Amino acid sequence: MVDLVWLIPALPLAGFLVLLVAGRRLGEPLAGWVATAACFASFVATAIVFVGLLDKPEEERHVVKTLFEWLPTGGFSVDLGFLADPLSITMALFVTGVGSLIHLYSIGYMHGDGGFPRFFVYLNLFVFSMLMLVLGSNLLVTFLGWEGVGACSYWLISFWFSDEKNASAGKKAFVTNRIGDWGFMLAMFLSFASIGSIDYGDLALAAETGTFAAVTATGIGLLLFVGACGKSAQLPLYIWLPDAMAGPTPVSALIHAATMVTSGVFLMTRVNPILAAGYDWAPDVIAWVGALTALFAATIAVAQNDIKKVLAYSTVSQLGYMFLAVGIGAYVAAVFHMVTHAFFKALLFLGSGSVIHGMHDEQDMQRMGGLRKVMPITAATFMIGWLAIAGVPPFAGFWSKDEILLYAYDLHPALWVIGLVTALLTAFYMSRQVYLVFFGEPRWNEDPASHAVDVGDEGAAEAEAADAHADGHAEIHPHESPWLMTLPLVVLAVLSVLGGGLNLPFTDDSKFLEHWLHPVIGENEAHIDVATGVKWGLAAAAVVLAVVGIVAARAVYLRRKERVTEPTVLAHGWYYDEAITAFVGGPGEAAFEATAAFDRTVVDGAVNGVAGLVQRTGRLLRHAQTGYVRSYALGITTGVVIVLGYFLTRLTF
Amino acid sequence: MLAALEVTPAWYLVLGSLLFGIGAIGLLVRRNPLVMFMCVELMLNAVTLTFVTFSRMLDDIGGQTVVVFVLVVAAAEVVVGLGIIVALLRKRPEATADDLALLEG
Repeated sequence: MVDLVWLIPALPLAGFLVLLVAGRRLGEPLAGWVATAACFASFVATAIVFVGLLDKPEEERHVVKTLFEWLPTGGFSVDLGFLADPLSITMALFVTGVGSLIHLYSIGYMHGDGGFPRFFVYLNLFVFSMLMLVLGSNLLVTFLGWEGVGACSYWLISFWFSDEKNASAGKKAFVTNRIGDWGFMLAMFLSFASIGSIDYGDLALAAETGTFAAVTATGIGLLLFVGACGKSAQLPLYIWLPDAMAGPTPVSALIHAATMVTSGVFLMTRVNPILAAGYDWAPDVIAWVGALTALFAATIAVAQNDIKKVLAYSTVSQLGYMFLAVGIGAYVAAVFHMVTHAFFKALLFLGSGSVIHGMHDEQDMQRMGGLRKVMPITAATFMIGWLAIAGVPPFAGFWSKDEILLYAYDLHPALWVIGLVTALLTAFYMSRQVYLVFFGEPRWNEDPASHAVDVGDEGAAEAEAADAHADGHAEIHPHESPWLMTLPLVVLAVLSVLGGGLNLPFTDDSKFLEHWLHPVIGENEAHIDVATGVKWGLAAAAVVLAVVGIVAARAVYLRRKERVTEPTVLAHGWYYDEAITAFVGGPGEAAFEATAAFDRTVVDGAVNGVAGLVQRTGRLLRHAQTGYVRSYALGITTGVVIVLGYFLTRLTF
Repeated sequence: MLAALEVTPAWYLVLGSLLFGIGAIGLLVRRNPLVMFMCVELMLNAVTLTFVTFSRMLDDIGGQTVVVFVLVVAAAEVVVGLGIIVALLRKRPEATADDLALLEG
């Protein structure tokens, strides 16, 4: 059954090809159903492979299926092969599972959009690329998928490309990811240069047998981490993810919350033997970057008014948690949080999409409120997602976040404190969002001038849009979304409730995920020794913080009547974007101009100078060519005499 | 007296260089393309004679082999060269080599 692994990416690829050829003819909604069927079939195939792997004894759960030799080049060959092991199949399960739900949701969400078939072409191509990334048996196949998901992300962010803002958001994501991809490629080159292979099996073997020098292993690990920082939106490369919200909301849910952005965490987990073979400080770098990103993004999320921007910064923050876990060696906790995060963050994004749909494309939370009465299903499911991410037991997010904090407490108390503060902030900003959107007085028909105009250009643009809105339709009547959109919400809500069951910490037997992932991570998983009483205390502390966050948000946003204004510095994301713009636009542009001038004058000058010199010499020499045969003959004779004379004198002396 | 005048290989070499000199000077001073052409042939044959002489002196068949090649090349050259010259003189009977300066740079 495990041999069927090639079917997993093949099915979405088939869906993509069918839609590419006949998408327009199939039209709406058939194109969407074809795409959904392809993705769901892939989910079934994954489930079959999963069962097949479960059947095998633990040490045999590592199946490499090579389709063909992709690049045969002398001493270096790369196979197009798939690696089915617990890690890749776990990823594939939630990529295809959550993916299918989001496909289904999109049929409802994209209803009436002119680009309906095109949307599903991209979506299926994305699922295919993501599965190549996850299932690849070497770095190059993973890189193929890595670039594929990057391209799909670019196409889908700027899906409504006729709006300049969306197009440039796509470009921003693409360019920022290039920096990360540069790290990924250098890591591949380094790996090939040192052991002559980029196969995961060879890499793990070389790392375990000590073939890698510590410095090489550290180099490969950190370069791959640069790639992961780009793809998973960590400091300092996170800036593209908030802008990526310009894409349709299902895209934000699938690509920019559940799957693609977690591929950095996946990659780090995949190469855990290399991280273990490197210097000890390298994982610390990863942990600190993750922890700081988590805290940094959480503070920004507190002050966002766009319903999707809050979730975007929240995603950056949660990804930071995962990298924190990877850095301290808590790989199981990282994967656990990745899975539960996929459930509840996809749920939250789809819920926000449902709200935006019901509010007729209004995204400003200050213009919502009281929506739980008109959108009961969306509100109920969204609140489950909220409790899950806030860390309230027994929802999924509590278990996974708590496990990360437990490891951090034992291994790195400083990181644990950062994690706790982030948890508090997470509960606060998510509660703020829930109270602003679903509770309180309805504000959706308020005069836009009555609420304080937001800061900066964005605020002005929003106010303008709101004006246009007020002129266009005098009243907004929010409505619940169709069943196509609410069904995925309900399924994801159930998963967000039950997801914690994957790895319950009570007995050894209840830790399914830990046993399941053991063949991949083995002895590289960090070991902690914390008394049971302390564990309960830590869990209690985390729950208390979550409740404090929720109560605080309730006091600030539900009790007060007037609008609360958040600190400007947070609304602007610590001016990080502005700083980059100022830097690239100021000294950066000057440097580029200088480089261009150098190219024009020195490099082009040298080339043109040589050409000019040759031309001038030729113009001089052409006078020697008279066309008179006898003068040539004289020249030849003179030459012969000189050469002869030279030889004769040499003979004599 | 006649018996004392033994013909040594040096004679052939002297003859060869004389013929070569005549040919070279003729090539430089004459303007009639046909005569210049004949001068070239003279030089070729002077070299051929030298080759044969050295081949004999050094007891090396290589020299004679080269001569066969030179004969073949000279024959081919005569075919092409004479063809061009005859065609040219038919058109402009009074033409000299200096008139054929179309390939000036």
